[in-house]
Amino acid sequence: MAQGFLQIAIFCALIVAVVPVLGGHMARVFRGERTFLDPVAGPLERSTYRLLRIDPEHGQDWKAYARSVILFSLAGWLVLFLILRTQTLHPFNPEHFHSGTWDLSFNTASSFVTNTNWQFYGGETTLSYFSQMAGLTVQNFVSAATGIAVAIALIRGIVARRSATPTLGNFWQDLVRATFYVLLPISIVGAVLLVSQGVLQTLGGTVAGLARGPVASQEAIKELGTNGGGFFNVNSAYPFENATGLSNLIELFLILCIPASLTSTYGRMVGSRRQGWAIFAAMSTLFVASVVVVYLAELHGTPAQHAAGIHTGAIDGSTGGNMEGKDVRFGIANSTLWAAVTTVTSCGAVNAAFESLTGLGGLVPMVDLGYGESVFGGVGTGLYTMLLYVLLAVFIGGLMVGRTPEFLGKKVEAREIKLVSLGVLVTPLAVLLSTGAAMATKYGAPSIFASGPQGFSESLYAYMSQANNNGSAFAGYTGYYQPNPGNIGAHGITFADLLGGVTMLGARFAPIILVLAVAGALAAKRVAPQGLGTLRTDTPTFVGLLGGTVVLIGALTFFPALLLGPVVQGMTDRLF
Amino acid sequence: MKPARELLTAIIAILALTLVLGVAYPLAVTGISQVAFPDKADGSQVKVDGRVVGSRLIGRAFVIDTGKKDADGNAITRPDPRYFQPRPSQSDYSATGTFFSNRGPNSAVGRFFFRDALDAYMALESRYAPGLTRAKVPVDAVTTSASGVDPHISKANAVIQAHRIAAVRHLPLDRVDQLVADNTDGRFLGVIGEPGVNVLELNLALDKEAATR
Repeated sequence: MAQGFLQIAIFCALIVAVVPVLGGHMARVFRGERTFLDPVAGPLERSTYRLLRIDPEHGQDWKAYARSVILFSLAGWLVLFLILRTQTLHPFNPEHFHSGTWDLSFNTASSFVTNTNWQFYGGETTLSYFSQMAGLTVQNFVSAATGIAVAIALIRGIVARRSATPTLGNFWQDLVRATFYVLLPISIVGAVLLVSQGVLQTLGGTVAGLARGPVASQEAIKELGTNGGGFFNVNSAYPFENATGLSNLIELFLILCIPASLTSTYGRMVGSRRQGWAIFAAMSTLFVASVVVVYLAELHGTPAQHAAGIHTGAIDGSTGGNMEGKDVRFGIANSTLWAAVTTVTSCGAVNAAFESLTGLGGLVPMVDLGYGESVFGGVGTGLYTMLLYVLLAVFIGGLMVGRTPEFLGKKVEAREIKLVSLGVLVTPLAVLLSTGAAMATKYGAPSIFASGPQGFSESLYAYMSQANNNGSAFAGYTGYYQPNPGNIGAHGITFADLLGGVTMLGARFAPIILVLAVAGALAAKRVAPQGLGTLRTDTPTFVGLLGGTVVLIGALTFFPALLLGPVVQGMTDRLF
Repeated sequence: MKPARELLTAIIAILALTLVLGVAYPLAVTGISQVAFPDKADGSQVKVDGRVVGSRLIGRAFVIDTGKKDADGNAITRPDPRYFQPRPSQSDYSATGTFFSNRGPNSAVGRFFFRDALDAYMALESRYAPGLTRAKVPVDAVTTSASGVDPHISKANAVIQAHRIAAVRHLPLDRVDQLVADNTDGRFLGVIGEPGVNVLELNLALDKEAATR
């Protein structure tokens, strides 16, 4: 157990160390300052602007910014859908895979454009290398860059000094700079490091019964962009995606480095690094609690294992614990650390089977999803969601002391709080409505694999994961039948595919529009000097208030639903 | 910009970024990897007499075909007692189509699976391993992995199986234990990851040992 906690502590130390470095770099990138990447990325950036005929210095108000986000995502969706539906025409399709069905392709395109990477398909048995590279990998980059851009726009709204035309920056510039100065360089380094550990990178087809492909390039951005869609169906559990203990550490680092570092970028851009660390502290506290609970839970076996007479305690040469659905090279510690990292962020890549977690262990990813991406969250999405909670906490704090709430010198008034409340509630609403629709009608039943409370957990998890743009799964839940290899004769479960797709799109773009509206409202406000009665947002007290707000709203919304699934299983030895 | 004009800009942007991120980036990484780490980029292939028999990263089964078929028409196999046995696999060690077992914590069906796995392990090992009881069977030996192709077993699992290998292959137990230690992948820097015994490499080492004796 001490060895496991040591590994977890080393990982946390690495993240704390990278936050100021990468956070500082991103602040320079989005202020348009010089960086060490200028000689390479600069020409690439400028030729992109020329090709698009964009003036990067042209500022956009929140409506124009939002329109650019939506149109860019729409274009990406259309191109990806087209790619998925024309597989028979592709180059780089050595296994001659057919196209996915229309409903499955709808789900998959929506999934990757929204940074979810929910996967109803099995990658290595259904997708051409061209689909994986030109379709999915591209969206892994640009959906992540879009998230970062929106977060930066919100920060600009917060710091904007009142002027005749308050702008949030230019979406196209933010998109291009996020891609070429942040995501692409880190991905190249990350991919080569992963290959050094044994992760595949080849265009050769299957050899000696081993499915292969250009895995590492997709793996790096899949983690870095908190996307999570694996080349292989079993995702980062598969040795060709995640070969060693070190590759596992690299991938965990890639997942968390940007969401964690953006807190520092925020602190620098608002002119007080303490503000960034305060948010980081609130996020870290909830994250560490998740890791500790899921690790301790999985050190025990399950009721089914105990009923079969299996001894699940540690013995000499084996750490014991619930090893069902876990690989030996990761063991309990690295599987559970991953489970927490991938669900507090909106990554959703997995290196163990979540459906086989213990009852209490399986509760942790669901609570993490219940935080609604506010605890680190997806790249960009995490920061802007947490800033909504910050505004909410400031408002609640203001009510407590009986003063008009202020945030960084700006008055928080009725319009902002209405938008913030909507922004915070839209995702839980999507989860509960979709799960309700899937459980209360007969159409949700064909997707469910397990019986008893586990079947409910599968459904709830599916819509929590899709609404929070996460993508991890209690993988028994299915939206697709593949009777023959290569998609031949396949058919989708239309209800699950469409409901999931609509849930992902709604829970991604509604909050984005609301966040940009908040940014627009804040940008138009006069800055007032801090008074004695101002609630400071960089103190331990505020960190506690912020964490409490997240737990109260984020997680407790789902308490009744969680009782019906993982909590029941965690409290009984009964088998279903 | 007008919405129609901006949608066109968006489509051009996607196509241009596809060239950079979807074609140039993966091909560049492929090029670098094939030069810097050619064996690993191609899948850490293991060759015997020049023929590819698998990958050191991908576990595989060591079984004997009984010649019988089950109700679904799949061949019924039994473990080959001359070899170390990997963990149970939900996908029968398929390296072309992977999936999870999705066996839940309170699964009634799961209990029977675990019971059968424990019975099978005891049936194979208990006549060789002195004092082996059900409570001493390590949990990795009777549960399925996430990948379905876990290349490793725990040290405890290997030490138990070593008794069978020594007896069946008429090797000294010390020598088998030595081979187990030689084919154990440790933690990175002694800290990161969990140690595991690589079953494919260990079994190939056993065959090599037999050939030199």
